[in-house]
Amino acid sequence: MSEKLTQLRKDLKYEKTNQCVQCGYCLPVCPTYVTMKKETHSPRGRINLIKMVGEGRIDDLSVLQEPIDLCLGCRACETACPTGVEYGTLLEAAKATLQKEKKHSLPAKLIQKTLFKKVFPSRSAMQWIGNSMWIYEKSGLRKVVQKSGILKALPYNLDQFEAITPPSVSPSKRAELPREQEAKGATKYKVAFFVGCIMDAMFHRINELSIKLLAEVGCEVHVVRNQTCCGALHAHAGELDDSKELAKRNIAAFEQEKVDFIVNNAGGCGAMLLEYDHLLADEPKWVERAKAFSNKTKDISQVLSLCGGLQVDDHPHETVTYQRSCHMTNVQKVTKEPVQLLKSIPNVRFVEMNQADMCCGSAGIYNIVHYDESMTILDEKMENVKATEATTIITTNPGCLLQMKLGVEREKLSHHVRALHLVEYLAEAVGIK
Amino acid sequence: MEQRLLEQIKAIVSNGRVLTEKNDLFSYSFDGSFGTFVPEVVVQPKDVQEIAELVRWCNTKKVVITPRGQSTSLSGGPLPVKGGIVLDLSVMNEILEVDEEDLVAVVSPGVLTSDIHKAAESKGLMYPPDPSSSHVSTIGGNLAENSGGPRGLKYGVTKDYVLGLEVVTPQGDIIQTGGRTVKNVTGYDLTKLIVGSEGTLGIITKAILRLIPKPPASETVMAVFDSLVDAGAAISRILSSGILPAKMELMDQASMVAVENYEPSGLPTDAEALILIELDGHPAAVKDEAEKVSDVCKQCGAREVRVPQTAAEKADVWKARKLVSPAIVRIKPTKISEDATVPRSKIPEMCRRLQQIKEKYNVHLVVFGHAGDGNLHPNIIADKSDLEEMKRVEQAVTEIFEAAIELGGTLSGEHGIGTMKAPFMEMELGAAGLDMMKRIKEAWDPNNIMNPGKIFPEPGQKLVLTE
Repeated sequence: MSEKLTQLRKDLKYEKTNQCVQCGYCLPVCPTYVTMKKETHSPRGRINLIKMVGEGRIDDLSVLQEPIDLCLGCRACETACPTGVEYGTLLEAAKATLQKEKKHSLPAKLIQKTLFKKVFPSRSAMQWIGNSMWIYEKSGLRKVVQKSGILKALPYNLDQFEAITPPSVSPSKRAELPREQEAKGATKYKVAFFVGCIMDAMFHRINELSIKLLAEVGCEVHVVRNQTCCGALHAHAGELDDSKELAKRNIAAFEQEKVDFIVNNAGGCGAMLLEYDHLLADEPKWVERAKAFSNKTKDISQVLSLCGGLQVDDHPHETVTYQRSCHMTNVQKVTKEPVQLLKSIPNVRFVEMNQADMCCGSAGIYNIVHYDESMTILDEKMENVKATEATTIITTNPGCLLQMKLGVEREKLSHHVRALHLVEYLAEAVGIK
Repeated sequence: MEQRLLEQIKAIVSNGRVLTEKNDLFSYSFDGSFGTFVPEVVVQPKDVQEIAELVRWCNTKKVVITPRGQSTSLSGGPLPVKGGIVLDLSVMNEILEVDEEDLVAVVSPGVLTSDIHKAAESKGLMYPPDPSSSHVSTIGGNLAENSGGPRGLKYGVTKDYVLGLEVVTPQGDIIQTGGRTVKNVTGYDLTKLIVGSEGTLGIITKAILRLIPKPPASETVMAVFDSLVDAGAAISRILSSGILPAKMELMDQASMVAVENYEPSGLPTDAEALILIELDGHPAAVKDEAEKVSDVCKQCGAREVRVPQTAAEKADVWKARKLVSPAIVRIKPTKISEDATVPRSKIPEMCRRLQQIKEKYNVHLVVFGHAGDGNLHPNIIADKSDLEEMKRVEQAVTEIFEAAIELGGTLSGEHGIGTMKAPFMEMELGAAGLDMMKRIKEAWDPNNIMNPGKIFPEPGQKLVLTE
């Protein structure tokens, strides 16, 4: 075997493709196979292409580009897989290998580099974005821009996303989250709260409410300093070195405070945090510390349930449904708690939608860079949502939340259907503002 | 393929898609068995008339064509071994009608088998064939390969539920075989000829399937044996006691150990065998039958017999059986799944032969399967990168086929012949028997354009499991 092929096999983690027996059990759960209707865009097809490249039967790496780019990374195939193929690992390895070879256009490279290296990891930069959004909204600029039609000229259909951007928090209200929040009543657990980058910038309020809910059920909450972005977006883009760097910073930051759990409220971030031990498996100095970190990682719904849930005495009658976060389902394997919490609210009728485990098409920045494919997936999702007759769609991840808001807009349902994060709905039910 | 020919194909299939990119072609080069065969073009048709015209064109131009469903085949059925066109029929899934009065379902070839199950059940009916891949496999693939499943014991296999077909012949004609009635003796039974012909005689574009009323109740019995031979004897005794279970599944010690290592559920790993029996029918009848089956098992030396009571308990018991396949590939990555089948009375003898083969060739052989109908599913777990081991596996597989045929059985109970088992056809059928089949093929498809390279061995072809 040539040296080049040996290296390629190593980069692509070729030996892991042999776990796939090509049974096809992943086909019906793969959103891209179901909507694009060809094997090239199925998990089994992608694994086969990686295998063919690794075996030198295809010597042109570019055959992987489109199939890998169009994968949402929802990892529903891992849940369906009977033989335990590590699809997520193969996907990230393929992305990193392509990234190595890729010749991005200079501006695209620069933007990505700035976002990944400077913006997401920096809380002050992300806060600046949050504040800018507030200024944009409050100054009336938003209305002017909306009327001008200038948005239509934006690339990637960004005009569609403008409508669903959440109302921003003013700089004065955006003050730092509390460093420490006492538990209401006796302390059941001491927890550290993971703030996240997108959550902090765009959904600051959900973070505040999360901390209050945790305190409500008996958690003493700490917001440790120097924590940063989880690194998921970097990993999904094939920038594994950046992810590792961020993982190390987070591990070190959270070691400052001795806590029972590290709690997050974003399905995608939670999945990344939970896999830090995988990410750092090749680094002997870090792997044990990463394991300790991953073992403490919990989604907020798990901790709320563990503390006995919330006490709600009365609530208006309402039908709700839940768009499951793929990474919460397929990586964190947290599926019961959000539903139990919803069902515990009096007069709330929970209706599971058909194909609840199917991705909504949000998938990080997929809905921006692969707009058409994403909207086809979303439109199928919305049919299932409508069939439930729910007036609130619950989500547990910021990407899903934005996508569901977009779905509500596209279907012109905004006068009677809303999309909320689970935390917002629970806080509203308990009367926390 | 020449650009000129591709343009002609595109002109014919104006409603469908024609795929020619390298990554697309490689994505239609495999199935659930062995080998990589890259087609020259993939066609996703949407219209029967266009399929007919395409096949007519193929016949004129001598371009070979291989029909395909979702490629879950374990025998190489959808592999384009001679290149040419792969016709992906999984996209043709518009029609799924259940007629409660005629007790039939009319379906397009790309409909998933499990969707037919659901549609029938929603009207209190049942489509019995239940291959374990039914949530992925298409009915077209099931028909082409004549797939079976656990319920085959009581209800038979795919061929027993097909009343009529619409078929595009290799000449590009659209013919109807059979019809909507259970009784139909008008001429040769072409329906049964097409079912199980592995895409070598024509392309199934529609099927009329027979449905039956769904049994209202079921009971499960689980029995643990210290001896595999005793378990085999119990299976024979139950089947001759006047009871016909819906399913009867066997797990040997190796498969129980594998499942326990994979997902512990308290299986008796010190026992040599476990059998799972499902009885279905009237609630009072199945209760009574469950008691009788339990008694027979005890008489045959079962050390433990359990009748799970709740739906959840039943599901737990069957889950262990479902986990065998995934559990055994954790041992080594390559699974050679055979489906040689013997008459019921020879089940204990076949179990004995399999043990001998396992020791003789020192291979990791696991036996689990639909024991009640003699379809034992000996699986060999190996590593295909170990060429020396794969040579031993080839010898062991050959000997499994020989044993099955010696005992009056068959090479394939439900997976089909495809490429791998073709070299053994004459051993089972004899030269004259195989020649008769070949003459049928030549009469239907004189230009050999329909899925060539399947069923019939090439001169000197041998079983090869290394690439």
